[in-house]
Amino acid sequence: MPDHASVGWIDIVVILAYLSITAYLGWLGYRGTRSAADFLVGGRSAHPVIMAVSYGATFISTAAIVGFGGVAGLFGMSLLWLTFLNIGVGILIAFIVLGEPTRRLGHHLGAHTFPELLGQRYQSRGIQIFAGVLIFLFMPLYAAAVMTGGSVFAATQFGIDFEVALLIFALITAAYVIPGGIKAVMYTDTFQGFVMVLAMIFLLVFTYSSLGGVTEAHQYLTDMEAMVPAPLAQIGHQGWTEMPAFGWGAPTYDLWWIVVTAIILGVGIGVLAQPQLAVRFMTVRSRRELDRAVPIGAIFIMLMTGTPFLVGSLSNAWFAQNGPILNGKVVQELDAEKNQALVELMQQTDSGAWTAIINPKTQAPATAALIVSERQEAEEAGGARFELVGGRSSVVTYVKGDADTIIPTFISTALPHWFGAIFFLALLAAAMSTMSSQFHTIGTAAGRDLYERIGTKGQPREPSLLVMRLAIVVGLLIAVTISYTVRQEYIVARFTAIFFGLCAAAFLPAYIGGLFSRRVTKAGALASMTVGLVVSLFWLLLVKAKEASAIGLVQLVTGGKTSLLADYPNWPSVDPIVVALPAALLTLILVSAFTRPPAAEHLDRCFPETR
Amino acid sequence: MLGLDDPFVLTAYLGIIALAVLSILYGLIRRNAARDEVTDEDRQWALEEKKVDDEF
Repeated sequence: MPDHASVGWIDIVVILAYLSITAYLGWLGYRGTRSAADFLVGGRSAHPVIMAVSYGATFISTAAIVGFGGVAGLFGMSLLWLTFLNIGVGILIAFIVLGEPTRRLGHHLGAHTFPELLGQRYQSRGIQIFAGVLIFLFMPLYAAAVMTGGSVFAATQFGIDFEVALLIFALITAAYVIPGGIKAVMYTDTFQGFVMVLAMIFLLVFTYSSLGGVTEAHQYLTDMEAMVPAPLAQIGHQGWTEMPAFGWGAPTYDLWWIVVTAIILGVGIGVLAQPQLAVRFMTVRSRRELDRAVPIGAIFIMLMTGTPFLVGSLSNAWFAQNGPILNGKVVQELDAEKNQALVELMQQTDSGAWTAIINPKTQAPATAALIVSERQEAEEAGGARFELVGGRSSVVTYVKGDADTIIPTFISTALPHWFGAIFFLALLAAAMSTMSSQFHTIGTAAGRDLYERIGTKGQPREPSLLVMRLAIVVGLLIAVTISYTVRQEYIVARFTAIFFGLCAAAFLPAYIGGLFSRRVTKAGALASMTVGLVVSLFWLLLVKAKEASAIGLVQLVTGGKTSLLADYPNWPSVDPIVVALPAALLTLILVSAFTRPPAAEHLDRCFPETR
Repeated sequence: MLGLDDPFVLTAYLGIIALAVLSILYGLIRRNAARDEVTDEDRQWALEEKKVDDEF
């Protein structure tokens, strides 16, 4: 959509300056202290700002900013509940409740990966292998989300094809993660984190000020409720500053179940069981360091997720005030007082007459809700006279409903081009810090948790660097293939939500039980992980309509339906986590209750403080 | 209030700010409350982690 997408000399200067500083900091880091483990080996304390920002940079990526920001543009400010959970659960509960026990348990048992932590806690090679396989198979899905988000932004900002942007993104990622960039160089992470913070503050201030202030911006968006596109209104969208309609048993409640269960709960809770985040706690020096990191972590996450969710929603108001003028014929007055009308969109032919624009999906004339600002007499192609109206619409109209392009389109249209370059670098940094830990986790899952543990005749093998590198290359290829082939509605957010939900259902009960309970057994943990995974996959393959119909198995089983529960409204919109997590938790409790608890000596080793 | 008519969205908006303030207060109050010591076990763990990282 933007007509000024190109690379100018200012962009090149900005990009070179940024890369030079990153390279300099990276070089400084490599000369001395560079990773969290280095700080700990040296017995020194990482500054809380460094600790919090580097944790946040691992958590936040293009998936959150482009993917979920775009979903907010589509569904509205109900997404702010995700930011609420990101701070309340992802920072407060994670740092205060889980951080120290994870650090202690990891150190007592000498565990260095998440599967190893679970495996050692439950004295089970099977659990370690199970977790390793799950991570190796599904982490590429999350990496694909990050990659797609970055590529969509680059394609929009620099006016290149998505496929070209993806290829460049994949090459940069490969250059970063394969030769050794996977080490968490905390100084560069922190610098990149600061760039992200500044970019977000600028973006938020710019958006609010260009809409006349905080209250004015919100009020304008609230007043646009009648302009919600019909397909969204039919599933319960009530406006961009309102929660979707809540209820059960009718398709008009579908959106509430999508937003609350998949987007908010799936990601908001799933963060607790993210392998690459849990292991970060082990590299922390002490509880004091965790306590001190809480405020910075909270502010960082507030800016990194709250800003894109607000800006994504408010971009609807910005386009309604400043977007390109669209023309057409009024089909229905929506709100005469506010000049809002449903308009059949038209374009002018070479002869000067007006013809309807045809929606390629429906093959019917395209319609959109406009804030009408001009009216004039005009002539249709058939010669009939009619009143031609002109006006602006929400961002959803301009991006043709493609949520993943909302944030990139807003930035490349509304903001100065130099900011687009900085924002792109901030996104690139966010993507790289997240992907480096994703691929590091894939590599260690394959090398340490699978290859070493699946030794010959039950004996562990020697560590293999080659296996780790190969796993990273394979993971990268899978992620690129997924990004290249799957381009659907808000796919970035959906991939992320699927991975977070899977981790929550499969790992969370066993992880938390392992940290806090002496009574949870190996059988209980393994059964819980199995039930969590199986129920999640069953739900994704056969019940959750969007995912199931895209995979295609459900159509074969049901003879063409998109869900096993297609005849029961709302069930096909419910996320697996709502069913799988309680099932996994119940399994953990029940199986543990009926199986023999771990040996006292092992528990003393796990929890020497409470011996 | 703030142009947000839906109380649930307004609660989320203000709740985010409240949680951020709570986090700042927590950090200030607990700044030196917890013990800060690095045990031999911690150091041993970090050495192993560094070895794996360096090999990688």
